[in-house]
Amino acid sequence: MPRYAATVDITHLPGILDPQGATIDRALPALGYGNVTQVKVGKTIRLVVDAESEDAARTQVDEMCHRLLANPVIEAFEISLETA
Amino acid sequence: MKVGVVQFPGTNCELDVLHAVEALGGEGELLFHADATVRGVDAVVVPGGFAHGDYLRAGAIARFSPVMDAVAEHARAGGPVVGICNGFQVLTEAGLLPGALQKNAGLKFVCRPVDLRVETVTTVLTNQATVGQVLRIPVNHFEGNYVCDDRTLDALRAEERVVVRYVENPNGARDDIAGICNEARNVVGLMPHPERASDTLLGSTDGLVMLRSVLASATVPAA
Repeated sequence: MPRYAATVDITHLPGILDPQGATIDRALPALGYGNVTQVKVGKTIRLVVDAESEDAARTQVDEMCHRLLANPVIEAFEISLETA
Repeated sequence: MKVGVVQFPGTNCELDVLHAVEALGGEGELLFHADATVRGVDAVVVPGGFAHGDYLRAGAIARFSPVMDAVAEHARAGGPVVGICNGFQVLTEAGLLPGALQKNAGLKFVCRPVDLRVETVTTVLTNQATVGQVLRIPVNHFEGNYVCDDRTLDALRAEERVVVRYVENPNGARDDIAGICNEARNVVGLMPHPERASDTLLGSTDGLVMLRSVLASATVPAA
């Protein structure tokens, strides 16, 4: 069965407070980078999935995101897939 | 009146809840996460701690434990379910309560007594209290910032499902929300720890009225 490497990029929904991003945003000018805005901190989950096709793999990873990997109340996610 | 207190790997407040329940004359027992049963208890408490290390998201993994199917069934049947702190997080992840708990606005772990205002007494957690009563109860969390979308907030407010609010918001929670209930008013989640305000030795006994409400909830209808 083909094997796929999935990368799930999870970010906060717009409007959800991101204190980590805000803190980094405030810290960068102290390092001399006054030209940075809109810092956002999210998380990346990588996994390898065996599936019949890329579509099947994507469908399953999408289900995993809805059920466990992301909380749709507060997070958005993007899946990228490549053959492993 | 039997109270079942759920225990996940990483839960650390279950014994304190049992102690407080027993001090009030209730019968307490632990409900192990791997057992898909609430063992016929009258009320379920999902206590505080760090279930599964808060890995991925607080409560995200705990919600799939076998015991949670039985807790959900108990809730569906109208049984009282109270989630304290991590328990509140588990209940939102499990979809038994709306919204989510995010990182505190100040990015500080907050561990101190706070004043809570009781907003409604028609819930399993507050039926022995009075509206407007102020209770001094400790919080202890890094992710207690309650968030929800506008539609959820409108429903919570219209249906009087905000159970307790912070008098002085310690974590940025939306609308100063410290605890909420479901539509049937038998499932309540709150970030503060009533079991930590249950003895004069702890500096406050204000949490007892909440625990007494849970014990009374078997015979007093939630709404």
